[in-house]
Amino acid sequence: MRFTTLLKNPADWMQGHGPHSEIVMTSRIRLARNLRGWSFPGWSSEKQRVELMNEVRPVVADLPEMKDGFDEEYSNLTKTKKQVLVERHLVSREHAARSTGCAVVIDRKQTLAIMVNEEDHFRMQGIRAGLDLRTAYEWVNRVDTELESVLPYAYDPRLGYLTACPTNVGTGMRASVMLHLPALVLTEQIKQVMNAVTKIGLAVRGLYGEGTEALGNLFQVSNQHTLGETETELISRIEGVAEHIVAAENNAREKLLHESQIMLQDQVGRAYATLRFAHILNSKEALNHLSLLRLGADLDLVTECDRSLLDMLLLEIQPAHLQLAATRDLSPEERDARRAEITRHRLQSVPEPRNVSLDKADDSATTSDSDDE
Amino acid sequence: MTNEYRVTTQDAVRHSGFGFRHYSPLSFLMKCDMCDAEATVFLTQIVDGKMTQVNLCEKCSKDKGVTDPTGFQLADFLLGNTTHKKSKATSTEEDAQACPECGFTRAHLKKIGRMGCPECYHTFADDLENMLRAMHKGTRHIGKTPGKIVEARPVEKAPKAAPVPPAPKKVNLKKRLADLKAAIEQAVIEEQYEEAAKLRDEMREIEKKTV
Ligand SMILES: [Zn+2]
Ligand SMILES: [Zn+2]
Repeated sequence: MRFTTLLKNPADWMQGHGPHSEIVMTSRIRLARNLRGWSFPGWSSEKQRVELMNEVRPVVADLPEMKDGFDEEYSNLTKTKKQVLVERHLVSREHAARSTGCAVVIDRKQTLAIMVNEEDHFRMQGIRAGLDLRTAYEWVNRVDTELESVLPYAYDPRLGYLTACPTNVGTGMRASVMLHLPALVLTEQIKQVMNAVTKIGLAVRGLYGEGTEALGNLFQVSNQHTLGETETELISRIEGVAEHIVAAENNAREKLLHESQIMLQDQVGRAYATLRFAHILNSKEALNHLSLLRLGADLDLVTECDRSLLDMLLLEIQPAHLQLAATRDLSPEERDARRAEITRHRLQSVPEPRNVSLDKADDSATTSDSDDE
Repeated sequence: MTNEYRVTTQDAVRHSGFGFRHYSPLSFLMKCDMCDAEATVFLTQIVDGKMTQVNLCEKCSKDKGVTDPTGFQLADFLLGNTTHKKSKATSTEEDAQACPECGFTRAHLKKIGRMGCPECYHTFADDLENMLRAMHKGTRHIGKTPGKIVEARPVEKAPKAAPVPPAPKKVNLKKRLADLKAAIEQAVIEEQYEEAAKLRDEMREIEKKTV
């Protein structure tokens, strides 16, 4: 599959509707694996990395799951293209920063991606819409089992899968869910929730993994421990926690609807107006407004605004996606203008938010709770 | 959060371990430990087997000289450089210990908190125990086990058969060595010492050739 084909197709997870997909954007499982007898990528020479890549890349690309997939080494990809893969959650930022000796293989539906020579020899991930870590694990586990039958994995009966960083040793598994939590942020409960999550040994991160800001009210929750627990235990734990957070977010949404309806409608209305009419939009502003628009759509304050339309738009307005579409590098100012243009265009079909209380504004000074249709 | 870290500073006096710096996406959730500004720099360090965290704002982190995160020692930071000197003198020799497989040293491990190759896990097994205890739920893997181990490792059900498959036609000495090493370990685990000795001899032969 060519890069352009990969781009044209929205990833499966953007279309799919998994459990709780109104709040849980994606469920992802990442496995770290290494080969015996080779230094880890961070401690090996470029020559060794190239050698390893040349040896394993065909094996990975030959997997039945990777049939007609995308398979490329990084020295053949521009910075922008690699960044596009990051924006699509197919490779990590750390991996994209590398070049010679690195490669990535992605399946046709963009549900599986295998990075060669990231921090570990292999980082493979399964990604799925909604709250469904089990399925994501099934996918990536199948690939892992196939690979381990032909490649000499570094495995120790006591320590499990050996990884470059001891924080990943054992299962080598990182299970993460991407949550959209605007109501918890608006009601200022997010801090409490996230502190609780951190307390029970899970990590909270922003949109693009380690070291990224929590933009657009998007939060990633993942396990920190990889040793001393089975994959199933880890997955159940995170799914359990995610279900609690989903319930808290839903409660907060109810609370907003009933106790702060005007504030809610104001936020959604402003977001809509900005996105529909702005001519300069930076990333942060766009992501935050899109988050509120999505909330409005989830609560039926905004109609005819399909979630997959917003998911697609969220990708399209990322810097590398913008530059790739423009087929050249863009200055930040140019990006902000193009971002606004694309956003205006995509949201043309979305009618303005329902102004429920408008009709009644004349005859009732006090807002009643029965306004929400 | 601040209190938790202050409690653990006592441990930092005794021993400073592996440090790493990371940026948190949720900085708005935390305040700087030195002043009340928003913390953007988070230092996590394993001190006497405990995960210790210091949260700093950009300004304080600069003021305190937290510019090279990998070389940064929490104990130095909290107590000035005085307590660290003693351990430095005695540890030079230990720090020089290198992994026979890849040349990675203990000093490297302390500095970057990562391993050089899978074999390093055996070389630095003693250091590892404390790190793992601080990082994980347990120190033993209880998750997935490979159903079928490729190449070097013998299949358990055929103990009489040669544990190591014949060397591949395209001889890759480095890999062969790794395979042998793994096979030796396996033989030792299975208490097949004669077999282990035989494999060890073969390994030495190859090592001579590769030097
Ligand atoms: Zn400060
Ligand atoms: Zn090593």
